Amino acid sequence: MDFETLADAISTLTINKLRTGLATLGIVIGIGSVIALISLGQASSQAIQSRIQSLGSNLLTVQPSGQRTGGIQGAAGGGTTLTMADAEAIKTSSQITTVANVSPEYQGRAQVTTGNANTNTQIIGVTPAYGEIRKTTMAQGNFITQNQVDGISKVAVLGPTVVSDLFGKGANPVGQSIRINGQTLTVIGVTTSKGGTGFQNQDDIIWVPLTTAQKQLFGAENLTSIAVEAASPDVMVDAQNQVGYLLLARHKINDPADKDFSIFNQQDLLNTINQTTGTFTTLLAGVAAISLLVGGIGIMNIMLVTVTERTREIGLRKALGAKKQTIVTQFLVESIILTFVGGVIGIGVGVLASYLISIFTGSPFVVSLNSILLAFAVSAGIGILFGWYPARRAANLQPIEALRYE
Amino acid sequence: MDNASFEIKKGEFVAIMGPSGSGKSTLMHILGALDSPTSGQYFLDGEDVSKLKDDELAVVRNKKIGFIFQSFNLLPRTSALKNVILPMRYAGIPTEERQKRAEKYLKMVGLGERMNHGSNQLSGGQQQRVAIARGLAMNPAILLADEPTGNIATAQAEEIMQIFQKLNDEGHTIVMITHETDIAEHAKRVIHIRDGRIVGDSSKHRQRKAKMSS
Repeated sequence: MDFETLADAISTLTINKLRTGLATLGIVIGIGSVIALISLGQASSQAIQSRIQSLGSNLLTVQPSGQRTGGIQGAAGGGTTLTMADAEAIKTSSQITTVANVSPEYQGRAQVTTGNANTNTQIIGVTPAYGEIRKTTMAQGNFITQNQVDGISKVAVLGPTVVSDLFGKGANPVGQSIRINGQTLTVIGVTTSKGGTGFQNQDDIIWVPLTTAQKQLFGAENLTSIAVEAASPDVMVDAQNQVGYLLLARHKINDPADKDFSIFNQQDLLNTINQTTGTFTTLLAGVAAISLLVGGIGIMNIMLVTVTERTREIGLRKALGAKKQTIVTQFLVESIILTFVGGVIGIGVGVLASYLISIFTGSPFVVSLNSILLAFAVSAGIGILFGWYPARRAANLQPIEALRYE
Repeated sequence: MDNASFEIKKGEFVAIMGPSGSGKSTLMHILGALDSPTSGQYFLDGEDVSKLKDDELAVVRNKKIGFIFQSFNLLPRTSALKNVILPMRYAGIPTEERQKRAEKYLKMVGLGERMNHGSNQLSGGQQQRVAIARGLAMNPAILLADEPTGNIATAQAEEIMQIFQKLNDEGHTIVMITHETDIAEHAKRVIHIRDGRIVGDSSKHRQRKAKMSS
């Protein structure tokens, strides 16, 4: 291929602009949707990851297993075997070297009322360690302090969703009181929003001192979970093992299979979600690839029509000495130009579409270089793949037949 | 075609005549290396081209034969110059050389002023002259003209014949297929064919000299 072949192809393609445009449009839509949908998948995967990481990084969660009574396995987390002493041991034991912080927690649900509003929400009894591990930030007031834990203070910190449920959106409830299970608590702070919906909603929570939750609100001695922050992401596995062995010893269990607690790793959750969103992205890209295929067939269709229309021209070129390869190249160059231009415009459309999606949904704007390179390669490949058959057909025309063709 | 054998020497100007269906077209396709004979041989410029493959025939057509068709067969929307350059592109001749030769032959056929006109901006006679320039571009062994005046007005046909005679005087070998006697008489030798056989081959007629157009 030389410059003249390229110039010829461009001038031929500009003769019938509408047809060229429509053939290209198929590729534009195909490539554009592949890029936009891959970006969408990656953006939502990043959004989910950053949300999970905002719940605390390097986090292990110890929960009691469901209690086994007479061979019947209860619900996970339902046991009462985790105690404050376990949490203290994890924090202070000399066997444990990889743990930075420990947050004992008691979690329950309760009806919460104010003068004229009420809601049913999650109550978590915590120590100040909770705020450090989960990186809780305050919009108003302060988080629970150690003094309040020690003094079994009747204070509460509210999530933004609870505030709007009880006091109306944007209200400042600090200093007001709420009633939970017959106890009156004073609001001392409001957290900033962390997002999340439904059962995962990190904003629909009321935090109270751990001792208040256990003694005043729910009448319990045990913990529902212990959050453990590993010293670094590299020692997550060590921390998990050390905490596991310590608790086995403390609970006097010899066979790890009989353990009465489980330890969840934030990284496991992250990996599972990455796999899920990866599958989702592949699925979306697959759907978009079908439209790319249809676009490619459109190119083949147009090229076949072109070959038929230009039968006489092909005959003449062969009579003047064009070899088969020359004719093949001529038509392939045309179809590659169609798909290449379509690909370039498609990349622009795809990037623009992902940008608009990111604006409207608030998800991050991600366009990977890989998906653009892939789109380039695929669009040129489609030109060769779907241009090949029409080009061969042109090249195999017999010059006499072609010259006679009306 | 059946059992037709003849020889055309270098520098001849031959007309092949016959009614439609006489086998003229088949003969023209074989002479033009557009088709191979089912049996028999065709030597062109000392080379047996009857058994060549498609791409080898393409090279023969490119280098040895200058085609002039009844319906001109110029590339549409393409300048006269580019049309003449086309066979030289297939031969891989360098760009400057192509340009020089194309200009030279277009001037020779009297189109020096219209080299950049598109083929659709030219009259039938002018288009046929572009085709002649294109046929000459590769300096072929023969110029093969298939009913060269079939689609153009008589006055312009006369101009074409004049160019042919001039080229023949300069030593070009021309084979012209026609069914018009007065056109055929411009050639030095006339071969008559009928039902695929040669029924006459003579140079006895008085060669008609093309009149200068006004």
